[in-house]
Parts: sequence; C-alpha cells; structure tokens
Amino acid sequence: MKYVVCLKQTPDTTELPKITPEQALAGNEGATLVLNPWDEYAVEEGIRLKERFGGETVALSMGPESVDQALRSALAMGCDRAVRLWDPSFADSDYWSTALILARGIEKDGGADIIVTGKMSVDGNAAAVAHGIACKLGIPLLTQVARVVDVSDGRITVERLLDEGRETVTAPLPVVISVVKEINEPRYPTFIRIRKASRTPIPVLSAADLNIAPEEVGQAAARVRWTHLVKPEPKKRQVTIIEGDTPEEKARKLLDYLMDVEKVL
Amino acid sequence: MEFALSEEHRLFRDTVRGFVAKEVRPRARHIDETGEFPWDAIRKMGELGLLGLDVPEAYGGMGADTLSVAILFEELGAGCGSTALVAEAHLCLGTAAIVMFGSEAQKQRYLPALASGQSLAGLGLTEPGAGSDLVHGIRTTARRDGNEWVINGAKMWLTNAGVADYVVLLVRTGPEGGSRSLSQMIVPTDTPGFEVGPPEKKMGLHGAWSHAVSLDNVRVPLENLLGEENMGLHQTLQVLDGGRIAIAALALGIARSAYEAALQYARERTTFGKPLVEHQAIQFKLADMATRIEAARLMIYRAAWLKDQGQPFTKEAAMAKLVATETAEFVTREAIQIHGGYGYSREYEVERMYRDARLMSIGEGTTEIMKMVIGKRLVTE
Ligand SMILES: Cc1cc2nc3c(=O)[nH]c(=O)nc-3n(C[C@H](O)[C@H](O)[C@H](O)COP(=O)(O)OP(=O)(O)OC[C@H]3O[C@@H](n4cnc5c(N)ncnc54)[C@H](O)[C@@H]3O)c2cc1C
Repeated sequence: MKYVVCLKQTPDTTELPKITPEQALAGNEGATLVLNPWDEYAVEEGIRLKERFGGETVALSMGPESVDQALRSALAMGCDRAVRLWDPSFADSDYWSTALILARGIEKDGGADIIVTGKMSVDGNAAAVAHGIACKLGIPLLTQVARVVDVSDGRITVERLLDEGRETVTAPLPVVISVVKEINEPRYPTFIRIRKASRTPIPVLSAADLNIAPEEVGQAAARVRWTHLVKPEPKKRQVTIIEGDTPEEKARKLLDYLMDVEKVL
Repeated sequence: MEFALSEEHRLFRDTVRGFVAKEVRPRARHIDETGEFPWDAIRKMGELGLLGLDVPEAYGGMGADTLSVAILFEELGAGCGSTALVAEAHLCLGTAAIVMFGSEAQKQRYLPALASGQSLAGLGLTEPGAGSDLVHGIRTTARRDGNEWVINGAKMWLTNAGVADYVVLLVRTGPEGGSRSLSQMIVPTDTPGFEVGPPEKKMGLHGAWSHAVSLDNVRVPLENLLGEENMGLHQTLQVLDGGRIAIAALALGIARSAYEAALQYARERTTFGKPLVEHQAIQFKLADMATRIEAARLMIYRAAWLKDQGQPFTKEAAMAKLVATETAEFVTREAIQIHGGYGYSREYEVERMYRDARLMSIGEGTTEIMKMVIGKRLVTE
C-alpha cells in the first residue's frame, strides 16, 4: 500500500490578523510559514494508515524551497519520504492548476492507493484541491472523512462527518480522502525523528519532469482570479461571563441578566 | 560565522513552540493560581523524550546538544515558568549530575527512567545555613557505616523533592573542611528518614515545588556515592555551569513572552489619540527590551556552542546567566509598565511573568555570585 499526503505551507494563523490585503494579493504575507493546520490531520492519518495497514507514506507539496520546512515537519512526524514539485512557471497557480501539478506528481512518483488531504487551507479556504486531484486522476473522492474504518480487498470504508450525523461509505481504491480535524490527534515529532527529518534530502520535480507545459499552469491557466481583497472589520463584542458554583445558579443569573439588563425576555 | 539555526534546530524549535502553545501555555495561569504540579505537561514531555533531551542515546536519552537544550528552555519559559523550572531541575541539575559523574553501572541503573520521565530528579545543595557559600555552610554529613553511607542533616529549597524518585545531594564527607570535603550522593526519596516538607510558599513559580528536606539517619549503599569521594564541590560547580545555560534560556523565554505581550498591548491601546506603539517613549522601551533579549540570546547560544565544542565555558555561561536573568527582570517590569494598571492585574500574563522572573537572578547562583565567577576568571585567565 502507498499513501500520499498532499500538504500546503500556510501563514501561522496567529499571525493572519497582521497580514494586509495588499500583502496577501502579492503572495508576500511576511508571516511565519507553517504546515497548514488542517493538513496536520492529513499527515497524521497518512502515518496511521501505514501503521495500521502497512506500506509507505509520502508527503507531497507544490511550492518553492521554503516549502521544504513544511515537508520536513511531515517527515519528522513519521512520513517515509517527501517530494516537492516546483518550477517558476508554477507560481500563481490557482486551485485547478495546483491540482493538476499534484496529480502529475503523484503519477510520476508511481501513483498511490490512498491520497490524503486536509479539509482546506487556512489561507485560501477553498477546499477545492482535493476535488481537483480526484478529477484529474479520475478516481473517487471522499470528503469530510472523520474515521477510516477499514482498508481491505482493494476497498476503503470511512465515516464521513455530515451536518446531520455520520455516514459510512465504501469506495474502491485508489481514492482521494480529505479529512476533518475530528479524525485524529496529530502527534508531536520526537527529537530523534526531527534529527532524521532534517537530514533527509527532499527531491524536487520540475515542470519538465512532470510533462507540464507553461500554459497549463500559473497565471496563464488560472481560472480563478483574485481581483479584490478586503479585510473584514474585527468584530467588537462585549463578552460577559456568568460565574456561579452550580449550573442552576448560573442559569438563574443568566435569566436575571436577560430579563433585567438586556430586557429580551 | 553562521548565525542561522541549522535545519535540525529550527525544526526542533518549531516543534517545541507548537507543543508549548498547545500543552503548556494554556495551563500556565491555572497552575499559577492553584499551585498544582504540571503533571500533564511533564508526562507529555516525557513521552516526547524532552525530559532526557541531552542524555546520551545509549541510556535512553535523545543525545541532543546544548543548543537544543537552550532552545527547549527558552520555549518552555515562554509558556510557563513553573513547568520550565520543574523540567530544568530534573534534566539540567539532578539528571545531569548522573550523566556527568555516574559510573557505568549508575548510568545504566538510573538514566533510562529519568530520560523517559518515568522518574524525576532534583539536586540538593542549599541548606538552612548554606546557599552561595556551600564550602563553609554545608552541615549535612554522610559517614560510612559498613556497606552504607548514613546521611544526617537538612536541605532547603530542593526543587522536585516531593515528586522525584531520586535526588543528588551534596554532603560533607571530610570532617577537615575545605573544598575537598564534600561529596555527591544519589539518594532515593523513599529511603526511610528522608522527610519532605510541604511546598514552600513563594512569590511565583507556584507549580514548581521546592521543599525543605530533613535527613535523619538516611542509609544508602556505598555505591550511591556519585563520582569521586570529597570531589563533590568541583563536580557540583561543573553541573551548575551547564545548568546556568538552561536557566538563562528559561529567563530569556519569560522575557520574550513578556515583550511580545507588551508589544501586542501597545498596538491595541490608544492614548492621546494614537496607539501606544506610536509614542516614542513606548518605542524606546520596546527597543531596550528587544535589544537586551537579542543580546541575551546570542550570549546563551555562544555559551552553549562553546560547551558543545568541548571548550571552557564557565565564564561565558555565568555571563549569559547574568545578562539573561537581569534582562528577564527588566523586561517583565517594563512589560507591566506598558500595560499600565492592567499589567498589575492577574488578568494579564505579564503579572505572573514578573513574579516568575524574579527567581532567575537568585537560583543556581545569584547575580552577585555570577559576577564573582566572571571576575575570578578575568583576573586569573
Ligand atoms: C524557587 C527556588 C528554587 C530553588 N531550587 C533549589 C534546588 O533545587 N536546589 C538547591 O540546592 N537550591 C535551590 N534553591 C536555592 C538557591 O540556589 C539559593 O537560594 C541561592 O543559591 C542563594 O543562596 P541563599 O538563598 O542561601 O542566599 P545567600 O547565599 O545567603 O545570599 C544572600 C545574598 O548575599 C549575596 N552574597 C552571598 N555571598 C556573597 C559574596 N561573597 N559577595 C557578595 N554578595 C554575596 C547573594 O548574592 C544574595 O544576594 C532554590 C531557591 C528558590 C527560591
């Protein structure tokens, strides 16, 4: 079995409020870059799949050299290998082109039985790349995966987290799954793994390696254009915390507050 | 000359930073307010190997270098002073003494449990009548009786004594006195006669328990002597040299956190029609804080580097400890000043940091003792 985790490097969410729309548009956020928090769950699940069902887990990302840091985080957590896809022509690729590049990368690396992605990225928030990869590879996609129940006989059974509850579905391999944070608790790397990860070379595949023409990717092929970016006003709300020793006491105080102060009841 | 962290150190720092943000800092206020011991974080650190970070791999440690230790304690200090001090006393004092001076048999016996955090350790030097002046002050004695040492006396401020399985004690073995009359002993804390008092009531660091310990005919086998008989003072000073790099890093972490909190507050708070950060007087404060933090970090890294190169580092470690701990006091004070009245409130973390930072220029050698160490080296080198 082979599992490929597709991951992205994103600004640290604690620094997102500092980023201006101009910086975001220029793709130069000036923030600390980390492994996309949603993708940590994907990396963890990729490693757990290997631990449960055997095989190899590969971390894959499209991006410039700085992205090696995110890939090394994935190696330190327990991925066996990492591959980076980069070419100057890849810059400014939209979701669709990114999906194309990742799909070609997976093919070039010999394919995969299960491709794992996070739910979305904290900067783009599109939740579109997993769909694109499945589409490009012509294989099924299972989104909102909260538990991998089983992998056997060329099939995967998962639980999907829906608004109404959980749904158990089965699909043939190969498959793309995008996972939600309920699926696991990502591990912290140990120092020994960190040391190993920091010394593992990360090969880079270029546009030529992936047989991708310049007009297929980057700004040239982008179907999504960011023309206008605004920052939402920070929400200014007054918060009152109701204190009390028992739930009953708190409820009584809340009721008083709603009736006497807010006069909504 | 290379000022950037290696890939290994950067990845380690980011990992520890993430760990502290999630597992350590959110608990810091609760620990301070209740005085609870930070068991959660300490257990998790054990699982990750952080409690045996620079213990050699052969004894179950991670075999990391001193720079990694400095990085660990800066990050822990930034999250929670109490948690950091517990780990520091365990790893850089009690465990380090066994790593540095243990026989092969002692290392095999004690280090795997200590490195994995299954057991905690501490180091007992200070006594009711001995702190800076150990040579003349130590009254606790160990005398031979058959196959055993019999230890009598009292220790003060022994951090981790109530939670550790083993402590290393500095005791008098030579009645003639002088610098060659003290020895280090490994003492299991469940030995009859080893009585631990309640955690001392302190200004800060409420989750790092320090205790008075009385030793009443505590018997340990002869083989529990650590290192050489009557060479305990020299051994202790060598352990403290390394420990000072860690305590300096811990102080640096507190300073960094307080500075970051002050900077953020200064961005948000408006007076006289503009944010605090735009007042030059506040910018000057921030400039002083950031500059001293930067200087302290460079001195800590250099002392760590010298130690890892196997070069003498006593003076540099003392200088780093002096600068970093005084910086922590300065920065936490200024951070409160920038917060104004709110800085004096328990609602804001800087209030806790100020109290936690205060120990750093006292423990493991006071500021005055650091200057004596540096001065002595300057005039004799
Ligand atoms: C929270 C906490 C945790 C601690 N944990 C431990 C522990 O785990 N193990 C342990 O052994 N100890 C521990 N200590 C004790 C600590 O190491 C001592 O308090 C410290 O070494 C100072 O000793 P002292 O308190 O006896 O002060 P003293 O030595 O009495 O010094 C009093 C003052 O005089 C100054 N002074 C002393 N001699 C000179 C001199 N020659 N010239 C100029 N000035 C001088 C000192 O700098 C200080 O300002 C801890 C203390 C605290 C508060």
